[in-house]
This record gives sequence, structure tokens and C-alpha cells, in this order.
Amino acid sequence: MANELMRTSLYAGGTSPVKMIQAGFYNEDCLVYDLEDSVSAGEKDAARFLVYNAVKYQRPAGKYILIRVNGIYSQELDEDLEAAVRAQPDAIRIPKVEYAEEVKRIDEKVTAIEQKAGLPVGGVKFWCNIESYLGVLSAQQIATASPRVVAMALGAEDFTASMSAQRTKPGWEIFYARNAILMACRAAGISAQDAVFSDINDPEGLKKDLEMTRALGFDGKTCVHPRQIDAVNGCFTPSPKEIRNAQRVLEALEEAARNHTGVCVLDGGMVDKPMELRARTTLAKAAAAGIKVGGVK
Amino acid sequence: MELKKPAMAGTTESSDVMITLRPNPEGGIVIDLKSDVKALFGDAIEKTILEVLKEFQVENALVNVVDKGALDFVIRARMQCAVCRAAEIQFDWGKEDAHGK
Amino acid sequence: MIVNSAGRELPEKIGNYIVRPYQGAYATPAPETPVITKRTMGHRVPGDTKLLPDLKAAIQAAGLKDGMTISFHHAFREGDLLIGQVLTAIRELGIQGLRFAPSAVVNIKNPSIADFVLDGTIDRIEASGIRGELGDAALAGKVKNPVILRTHGARPRAIEAGELSIDVTFIAASAADDYGNCTGLVGPNACGSLGYAFVDAHNAGCVVVVTDTLVDYPCCPASISQQYVDYVVKVDQIGDPEKIGKGAARLTKNPRDLMIAERTADLIAASRRFKDEFSFQTGAGAIAIATTKYLADRMREKGVKASFALGGIPAAIIDMYDEGLVRVVECSQSFDAVAARAIFDRPGVVEIDNADYANAYSKGGFLNREDFGVLGALEVDTDFNVNILTGSSGEMMGGLGGGPDVAGGAAISIVTIPIIRGRTPSIVKRVFTLCTPGETVAAVVTEAGIALNPKHKNYAELKEDLEKTSLKLVTIEALQQLCEKLTGVPKPIETTDRVACIVEYRDGTVIDVIREIKR
Repeated sequence: MANELMRTSLYAGGTSPVKMIQAGFYNEDCLVYDLEDSVSAGEKDAARFLVYNAVKYQRPAGKYILIRVNGIYSQELDEDLEAAVRAQPDAIRIPKVEYAEEVKRIDEKVTAIEQKAGLPVGGVKFWCNIESYLGVLSAQQIATASPRVVAMALGAEDFTASMSAQRTKPGWEIFYARNAILMACRAAGISAQDAVFSDINDPEGLKKDLEMTRALGFDGKTCVHPRQIDAVNGCFTPSPKEIRNAQRVLEALEEAARNHTGVCVLDGGMVDKPMELRARTTLAKAAAAGIKVGGVK
Repeated sequence: MELKKPAMAGTTESSDVMITLRPNPEGGIVIDLKSDVKALFGDAIEKTILEVLKEFQVENALVNVVDKGALDFVIRARMQCAVCRAAEIQFDWGKEDAHGK
Repeated sequence: MIVNSAGRELPEKIGNYIVRPYQGAYATPAPETPVITKRTMGHRVPGDTKLLPDLKAAIQAAGLKDGMTISFHHAFREGDLLIGQVLTAIRELGIQGLRFAPSAVVNIKNPSIADFVLDGTIDRIEASGIRGELGDAALAGKVKNPVILRTHGARPRAIEAGELSIDVTFIAASAADDYGNCTGLVGPNACGSLGYAFVDAHNAGCVVVVTDTLVDYPCCPASISQQYVDYVVKVDQIGDPEKIGKGAARLTKNPRDLMIAERTADLIAASRRFKDEFSFQTGAGAIAIATTKYLADRMREKGVKASFALGGIPAAIIDMYDEGLVRVVECSQSFDAVAARAIFDRPGVVEIDNADYANAYSKGGFLNREDFGVLGALEVDTDFNVNILTGSSGEMMGGLGGGPDVAGGAAISIVTIPIIRGRTPSIVKRVFTLCTPGETVAAVVTEAGIALNPKHKNYAELKEDLEKTSLKLVTIEALQQLCEKLTGVPKPIETTDRVACIVEYRDGTVIDVIREIKR
């Protein structure tokens, strides 16, 4: 599923039905129903019911659906997992992951629930939010802690707080963390998700931030407001050259298949599985941006 | 299941519903429904409320509903929450698991 | 029962009203008879005065009698203070059974029009819409005769066809002289364009100008000239301009509405008609104002300038004029103080007669030369028919306004609408009240995608243009199903056989009726 588009993910707080319903209609690729930060302590139960019923009965079509559960050490986590797994989102987004062990423990819990509920084991994937220096330092282990982990995302606000750093618009304080997470994701072959740009009233600042997102090589970015979605999607629109390269990779694979050659070679290099997946993702991004690619499938 | 105390769930924001449950000393279920869309969906709203009460086997309750155009899943969620709060129970997420197999 | 070409069942006769069924948007020809008017000749000699001491004196001088027809313009909208004063004076004079024919919905309170219906001062209403207390009264069967609802363009047609003959018109003017030259452009309570009052001034049997600001002769500028005016009356206040645009000109922060507005601007910008000298109308309301802003962005980005903007004008359009994005602004109505003032001090912002804007039965108006018209709606159905009158429970919510006229005239008419409001579905299988026929609607823009109407005359070009973009195109049926999946199937509204309102199309045929709701 690596060519699934994950350019944008939008949070919808599990407290507001109107926002949850409207969130299904924006252009984000991934929609994250939140049980964590946007929900006050006294409303955790209400949000759990709302998110569970929303995903179960009014799941928006054509979107990758996530549920962000409460913290690993919170009292809410177990019940969150009971509800979230049974709602069957594409993935559970786990906040503030610091060690691979934590992911393994949650994996065991999720597996137990899947078995009890008669659901396919391993169906629900994980996105791990890395929100502290400890998380950044363990990123590589976290990325491979469970086959369920399909993406990691940087939580910049909490990360800078853990570092006693200042959160600035140019973002040099998170430069290392971005790269560390990206490298861990690349090594594990999973999706790398950039931190949010939190000033929703600064579209120019967002544009600048996106230049960094794109230059570093992220696959997607979390949005805090629907108004950011189109700009973020736009940042992941591949260039004509990237599209052409992707098409050449797939053409080469097609030809190799036609000729029954075991290995596929392009420009002197071997075309491997990750290359193929990247090519497909590039074309999917182009298609999502309205660029007619056609021809190769 | 008996309701132990009055409890509320939901808000009066647009697209939400505020449900207040109270024990009914007289016995039975009494629904007081105020809704922006009563003419269109009044029956559907009552049906969902009764369904959720039945799921929990609640037989005696005063149900006060202030609906601001909530979709069915919202009404269901708010009702489930209100029942758990009023009956002081934890929801059994696994109760439908058997049907899934 | 007869069935019109839009599939609506209509009685053949409603009281004395003989139903001419709607046959298609461009099917009914104009009669070959001359224009019918009640305008009389006058003969004023030097020294005559037109200034009367109060409204009662003017009503008496006008010869208003039981059963006659009176009219008003609606430039002050919710801020109107004249209609209540005139009706109160009429009631005190004991005149009964009038036909009340303002140019649009006027939802005034204290006093409410409903009071004058209940006491018999008014027994017939012909307007562009009714709502609030008056709407409730009509649907509860408390208005004796069915209400006739006409679009902005249909009203001047009905007047000139003799179907709506006005005996006395009362024109609220923010400045006037004692001989009847008057305007809405200056004075402390300026409302801007008096576009809706021209046809009344030119065709009523008696024209009474009412002002709160009497100026020295001659009043300049003057929108309506002395030669049409019988009497002038000064009152304390004719209206509150603050309430004209109530909410209409505010830029929304609702991300859903902003998204619909941006998609609408994107649709316009993707059309081959979006080039220098194109023309448009965006109207008022949250989505419309945001659309105007996004459209201005697209025009700047692509270096495209418009020839004219038309209709009800908010400040956002005046900003575009000031920036040089629009060459001429044709105002039939001003939605706020900025727009009202602009006619006075900007040469390319002009006041136009509403008939010049919207009447299809003249020798040609602006709408026939309009490229893009953006419209709001309460409901749209899978035949693209639009309801702008009745809400989800069948209650009267709005007025026809110029919507059906714009759809009939503009090359590309675009309805902007969220697919659900709360639990109320907006895209339905069959609209409760048909106001704008689907054949005149080119596109419906929602948060869930854009539906193009395959039966619209410009479908092929619009489809070709939009398929080159990343705009999400969906079928109207898919939108309807999505609505139904979200809301569930609503219980149908039950009605009696009694017709409460007759909805006329711009050509005077009946496109639908609104029946009394069963309680």
C-alpha cells in the first residue's frame, strides 16, 4: 500500500460533530480523528463514542482514516484501543512514542483485540508520532518495532519543548529531528510525515516551510487547519521531470515483464521494489494534482 | 439496567445533540424531543434513542433531547455516552464481537 | 390538474387566477400588445405644490380606496421603516382589502406585515418571497388569497403586461426636493441604487415620494425625476441603512464555505470565457462574498479584467473596481454603505433600473450579456431544479430574488451550496418548491465536488474546460446519494390541496405552487 497517497493528514477533534463531518470533504489524503490533545479530560468517554460511531457508520469515502489515541501511559489508552480497533480505521496514530518497546506492547494489545473481535490480525496499522528527543534518538528502532508501523511523524511543538528549544518559523531547531526521522523512515521503507506549521494565519510562512518539507524529501505533512490542505498537497505535486522518470521506471518494468527477464535494468541500474513503489507514488501524486499521466499503469 | 443518577452528554452546537438522562421513578421511557428537524427526522431520532436504550436494557428513563440537526451516528454516540454516565458503567466494547465471527 | 414541463402538478385555476403552465425557460413568447401602464398625464402649473404635510394626506390625495394595489421598493431590506408607517396610516384611514406588491421580500418587524393581513388591511400579496411571521401566516391559510411570488425580472414584466397594475406607489428616498426629484444616493440614510423603484415610478397610477431629508430644489443627483411624481411627504426616518446588508457582506471564516467559494472561483477561472472583458455577478451572502474575493485573486494571478459586474453590489465588488479589475459596475441594488456611496463618487459605478438587469421581456438587458452568475440555494434536486423559497420543513425561508433570472440569462450559472446543513440534506431527489428550472443551471458547486448539468446548453464546453483541471467532478446523483447516506431519508412534508403561494417564472407562467402544510 506504499503508493497510497499520504500527502496531507488533517486532525479533527473528537469533540465537535460538525468539524468531524466537514473534515470528510476537504482534500486531505488522511483524516485523523483525535482522542488526545483536542479532548478535555472530562470528555474522553464522549469523544471515544463519537469517533467510534463516526468511523463505523459514516466513514468518509476515499480517505485514509486514522484515530489518534491517548498517550501510552494514560488511563485512557486501553479503552481507546478497544474502541479504535473495532472501528477499523486504516491506522492508529500513537502519540509521543519514545521506545520501540512501547510500540511492541501496543501491537500485542491490538493483536489481542483483533483476535477477540474476530478481525484480521495486523489489519490496523500504526503511525508513530515522534515528539521528544528520546523518540528522535530511537526513531530507527521505532520504525521497525512492528510490521504495523507504516509511517512516522514529527511533533515539533513537543519536541522543541523537550529540548528546551524555541519553536521558530525558519525551523532550524527541528532541522536535525526532521532529518533523523526521515532517514529512519527511508531505512524502514515507511512514510515520513513532516511536522505541522502551526500559524494558520500565515500562508506565506507555510509556503516557506513547505519548501523545506519538499527539499528534505518528506512524503506528507500534518495540517492543523483545512485551509492549509491545498497548499500542502500542492507542495507534493511532482515536477514534469519526476513524472517522466517515474514513467520510465514503470515502462522498463513492463518491458522486463514482457521479455520475461528476471531483472529489470534502467540506465545501468537495477530497478528494485522500492523504486517501483516510489514511481507509482509519484504518478499517484501527479494524478491527484490533476496532471494527466495515463499510459502506464 | 438501572440509571443511577442524572447525566448529560453532547452540546447544543450546530450538528450536535444534547441528551439528558434521568431515572424515571414512575417507570417506563419518556422522551422529550426538541429538534430543528423534527418534522423530517423526529421519528428517526426517537427510534435511535429507543434502540440504544434497548441495547443497554434500560427500561426506565426520562430522556430530554435538544437536537441541533445531529446525524444519526452522533445521536447514537451521545446516547451511549449518556447511558454509561447515568448508569455509572464502563461500556463493553466487546459485546458485539460474537456477531463479527 | 395540469402538469407543466418541469413535471409539477398544478390546478387549472386557483381562485380567479388562471394557471398558465411553465413550458420551458425560453418557450413563451412576449405578447404583441403595447406595454400597459397606469401612468397618468398631469398638468402642474407654476406655483403648484406637491409637498403634503403627512402620509395620511398623501394617501387621501392619491385616492387610495378599498381593494386597490400599493407598492414599495425593498432597497432598505430588513432596515425598512416606511412600509410600516404607510400601512399604519392606511389602517387608521379605514382602507381595507389592499393588494400589497413590494419589489421583494420585506421582513419587517414592529409592525409585522402579518398584522395588516390579519386585520384585513391587506388581503392579497404579490412579492418575490415572504418569510417570518407573514410566511407562517400564509402557509397556515391565514392570507385569504394565494400569494403570487415573482422574480426580480418577472415583476416589471407583470407590471408592463397589466397583470400587476399598481394604483399607488410609495418610494422611500434618502433625499428629495419638494417637487419630487429624488435619490437614494445621498442623505443620512442613503440606501444607494433605487433600481427597484423605477418601474413603479414609471407605471403606477400615483407616485408618492417619501423622504426624511428634504433638500433644496433641484435635488442633485436625482434617480427618479419630478415628471413622474405626484406628491412628496417628509417623515422622520425612512430606513436604517445599517440593516441593509445585515450579515451579507461579512467574510466568512467557515472553512467549508470558503472551500465552496474557492472552487467556484476556480471553476470560473478554468472556463474559456474567463478572459478580458468577461462579465459576472456573485451576489451577497457568505459564500458569494468569499467567491468574489477568490475571483479577484484569480483575475490578478491571470491578469484578466472584467467588463462589468451586475446586480446587487457589495463593497467587495467596489474594491475590484477601484483596483481596475472591473470596468463598469451595474448596480440594481447596493448591499452596504460603501456600495451605496460608490455610485455617487465613481464614474464607472452606475445605478440601473432593475428591469434593465433582469426583465426577460424587454428589448434586451444586461443578463443576456452575462458570462458567469453565482447563485445561492436552499435545495437542488437531481434534475438541477433549484429551491430558494422553502426550508426543509416546508416553511417559507427566502425570496426568489433574481436567481431564476440570472440562471436564465447568464452563459454559465453556478449554484453554490453545502450538501448538508445540520441534518438537512440540500441535494435531494425532488425539490419541495421549484423556483429555478434545472435546464438553466450549468453547475452545482459543493464541498463534495462539482456537478455539471448534462442538459445545460453550455455543458460540453464547461466539461471540456473543467476536465483539464484537478477540480473534482461528480454526478448530481452521487451528491444526492451522499446526502442521503449522511442524513437518512427524511419524512415527506404533507400538504393539503389548498394553494398558499403561486410561483411564477420570469415569463409569467406557473413553475410551481406551494401548498398549505398539513399540521
